[in-house]
Amino acid sequence: MEAPVLSPSVLDLDSAAEVDFIGARMREIVGRDLKRRGVVVALSGGVDSSVCVGLAVRAFGPEKVFVVLLPERESSSASVTLGRRVAAQFGVVPVLQEISPALEGLDCYRQRDEAIREVFPAYGADWKSKLVIAGGVQGGLNFFKLVVQAPDGTTQEARLPPKPYLQIVAAQNYKQRIRKTIEYYHADRLNFAVVGTPNRLEYDQGFFVKNGDGSADIKPIAHLYKTQVYALARFFDLPQEICEGRPTTDTYSLAQSQDEFYFALPYEKMDLALWAVNHDLPAEALAAAIGVPVEQAKLVFHDIQSKRATTRALHSRPLLVRPVSEIKPL
Amino acid sequence: MQISATIREFIAKNFYVPDPASLTDEASLLDRGVIDSTGVLELIGFLEDTFAIKVEDTEMIPENLDTIGRMTAFVNRKKG
Repeated sequence: MEAPVLSPSVLDLDSAAEVDFIGARMREIVGRDLKRRGVVVALSGGVDSSVCVGLAVRAFGPEKVFVVLLPERESSSASVTLGRRVAAQFGVVPVLQEISPALEGLDCYRQRDEAIREVFPAYGADWKSKLVIAGGVQGGLNFFKLVVQAPDGTTQEARLPPKPYLQIVAAQNYKQRIRKTIEYYHADRLNFAVVGTPNRLEYDQGFFVKNGDGSADIKPIAHLYKTQVYALARFFDLPQEICEGRPTTDTYSLAQSQDEFYFALPYEKMDLALWAVNHDLPAEALAAAIGVPVEQAKLVFHDIQSKRATTRALHSRPLLVRPVSEIKPL
Repeated sequence: MQISATIREFIAKNFYVPDPASLTDEASLLDRGVIDSTGVLELIGFLEDTFAIKVEDTEMIPENLDTIGRMTAFVNRKKG
């Protein structure tokens, strides 16, 4: 039997209808279920949070949407500029809060750099670093490498042993958790709900920090593939830099694309791979659609299932040892 | 202690193995969910420290590491 045909058109979206649908659901969820009066959105200047601001303003009006810009000293310099442009486009005046002082108070940078020096002893304050994922799509086991760049531009990389790896990630996670703390401060103060901005790839594959960017009251684009989020960005006529920008983590001091950090492939191909998995298509269909050998498509499928399995705990509520059946989730 | 017994003891002590008897030389540690990606790093660190070997990035594949039997054969090859 011939494999079913897979093409990018499976992700086509009626953007106007989708925006209306999401807006109606956001009003129901925030007003009826959560009993809140509006929403807080942290805007990074990336496509996901920018689209979420657009959706929120459509749903509630600009006066019911509180936008915060939360850069730190390692954020891209474009992040605040783009964030301001997006907020202005939707008639919202954003509040800027630099979170570096809070991170310094928590020893985030020092603890991270101390872990990096376990692997690269010469690493100094004027160096840059990032983590990159390796192994999984070459048929091996996923593991992380640390890449460092000296002030003269030379780079070195090394596989991370577990202790420094965990400490680097733990320190970096402070960034997302501090941001979420600030978002909830404003949400509590205003009686608003907090919007989480993951797209479907991030949500499905566990690409978020538990109690950090993974925490929210509502996640309005978690059902949308990244390609579809870009379609909504174009529908909202967002700045070209956003509509054509490549996804980054904007978390590490060296520029880091999402696919080198976490995903096996660029998002256009990851979207199709995830869609194929979700619709039980065989690896042959994915291989033909994205132009890779069938064996590699099988590895991508395996990587998707593996990440789902290993990040289940990120999605879970606190687990109880005996049920408390009187308490039901919304 | 034999290599396989040393590895088995490490796995049983460090990971959740409710039924250590089921930890045969052929049992897949990944498929059974005994070790995840962080567990793989811990396991590599253990093998390198205990058996004085260096595991290359290209050797981090299930064929070398997914079962106690494969790990034992891998360590023997590296030491040989």
